Amino acid sequence: MAPYSGTLDIRITDSSLRDGSHAKRHQFTLEHVVDVVAALDAAGVPVIEVTHGDGLGGSSFTYGFSRTPEQELIKAAVKTATQAKIAFLMLPGVGVKDDIREAADNGGSVCRIATHCTEADVSVQHFGLARELGLETVGFLMMSHSQPPEVLAKQARIMADAGCQCVYVVDSAGALIMEDTSDRIAALVTELGDDAQVGFHGHENLGLGVANSVLAVRAGAKQIDGSVRRLGAGAGNTPVEAFVAVCEKLGIRTGIDVMKIVDAAEDVVRPVMDSECLLGRMEIMMGYAGVYSSFLKHAARHAERYGVSGAQILVRAGERKLIGGQEDQLIDIALELAAERDAEKNAS
Amino acid sequence: MAATAAIVGPGNIGTDLLYKLLRSENIEPRYMVGVDPGSEGLARAAKLGLEASAEGIDWLLSRPEPPDLVFEATSAYVHRAAAPRYREAGITAIDLTPAAVGPAIIPPANLRAHLDAPNVNLITCGGQATIPMVYAVSRVAEVDYAEIVASVSSVSAGPGTRANIDEFTRTTAKGIETIGGAKRGKAIIILNPAEPPVMMRDTIFCSIAPDADRDKILESIHDVVAEVQGYVPGYRLRAEPQFDEPSDVNGGMARVAVFLEIEGAGDFLPPYSGNLDIMTAAATRVGEAFAAQITAKED
Repeated sequence: MAPYSGTLDIRITDSSLRDGSHAKRHQFTLEHVVDVVAALDAAGVPVIEVTHGDGLGGSSFTYGFSRTPEQELIKAAVKTATQAKIAFLMLPGVGVKDDIREAADNGGSVCRIATHCTEADVSVQHFGLARELGLETVGFLMMSHSQPPEVLAKQARIMADAGCQCVYVVDSAGALIMEDTSDRIAALVTELGDDAQVGFHGHENLGLGVANSVLAVRAGAKQIDGSVRRLGAGAGNTPVEAFVAVCEKLGIRTGIDVMKIVDAAEDVVRPVMDSECLLGRMEIMMGYAGVYSSFLKHAARHAERYGVSGAQILVRAGERKLIGGQEDQLIDIALELAAERDAEKNAS
Repeated sequence: MAATAAIVGPGNIGTDLLYKLLRSENIEPRYMVGVDPGSEGLARAAKLGLEASAEGIDWLLSRPEPPDLVFEATSAYVHRAAAPRYREAGITAIDLTPAAVGPAIIPPANLRAHLDAPNVNLITCGGQATIPMVYAVSRVAEVDYAEIVASVSSVSAGPGTRANIDEFTRTTAKGIETIGGAKRGKAIIILNPAEPPVMMRDTIFCSIAPDADRDKILESIHDVVAEVQGYVPGYRLRAEPQFDEPSDVNGGMARVAVFLEIEGAGDFLPPYSGNLDIMTAAATRVGEAFAAQITAKED
């Protein structure tokens, strides 16, 4: 299969400053962004994504307000990077076209547009605009575990026809297991052919980020996401430093220096984190029950406030088939659990 | 004495609206207008006693007795073209599309504000569901910022909404400000594909002063919920509104959160599509206000 380019077999995008925004409860500062971008850029990371965790316009009551406006963060990232492209994420229904224009004006050059994996048609106008603005485009099919490969392939086709240059299988819940990943990637590769590339965005909720990403590459994925030090939602994303080391062993060229990226992870990114992204019981339950990874911090907060179980909130979110963006419903679930608890108390 | 009405657009929305208008005491639905002779909606309307035609608004405007009211349930594109012709013919238009030709109406907030306008619109389904709650809070407390999340089932979001999702969020956000009374508004829409389809859910967050009168806010919310239930019986609070103290994730603002579920009446559309039901119910409510004025003049 053709490599990504003359020098790279695959292209890695680091998402610690976007997916990691969830873990940081959107409290990144300019200093955090400048430090991390400088370190990743020096290590050879070709694309660095910087945005509120829920994409442009995500700063809100529903998802949590940003400490620093994301457009300021994007601007600072662009200024800091010497070779890396700065990417940004947007979710139609949360952000709007004007947000894309502003991010492009601020120097963002890769526009990543995410929809739930059955709703690709809401992104058509945004891909159109992004291409008009001369941006590179990436499409995210979120919660890809919830649909079979052939359904995903059809949705990928909608994005590609709208102007998307690389469609990602996005394992938002960290629920894909080995062949679940490669089967989906292969279906997209077959459907898209030369029309668009295929990518994979993994989460660590079942501890499979690196393994799934390797299988994705073997199935034909040309772009892979990760986050240095796993800094991402849920149990975090595929750790870039480990994946890069594995790729080197397997002879897959990523353009990223192993020694520099492990140093960046330990010396620069770790100090920015409030805590490590752990594979605890809540995180495993998310992968196990197929729950959107960014629900984690919200569920924990509502559990504490209402005196109910965070794991139960997540399980019920899975039962209700909530999708990305429905963070508001986690409060509704916590209230429901509290009401049930009170009713039981009154009965006994 | 009843005002006469035409429905333009014999699809699911138009048909659901027809069932509601047939129950109205002061509106007499007389015409159903489409462009497809094979339309099931036209056939259904004819069976229910309406004069139905697939010859579009040319046919409607050439009736010897044109209607007092026209309900537009087509698309923004079609309505923008038709609106001047209705106006010229002296027919009041109640627009269910996102064309936004005339002023917007949210019944509990400004039902009677534009009864002299030749054309009124209903913003969006998310706006009809949530702006009453923003209004309920802002009439008793200062609201610097209000944000709504509307979750609807994928199957109840048509191709128009999908192709223009920005239009939905922008129009709704503007309504939160101009009619809801918040200084700044934001709207988020989620299309959930779960099977069986999920009922419409809406969450409304309003920033309030930390020392705002919470009892007064609660009372106002309950009053407006009861008012909406007058035309949308399935409009319900999921839980008591929740108050939060200022915190960093809340942008340093105190807030009240309202959680709603909207079950449709199931007239023609299935009950889960409360988002569509609230549009046809609001259209009926607005139509009745115009009808009352028209018949009063005629008497």
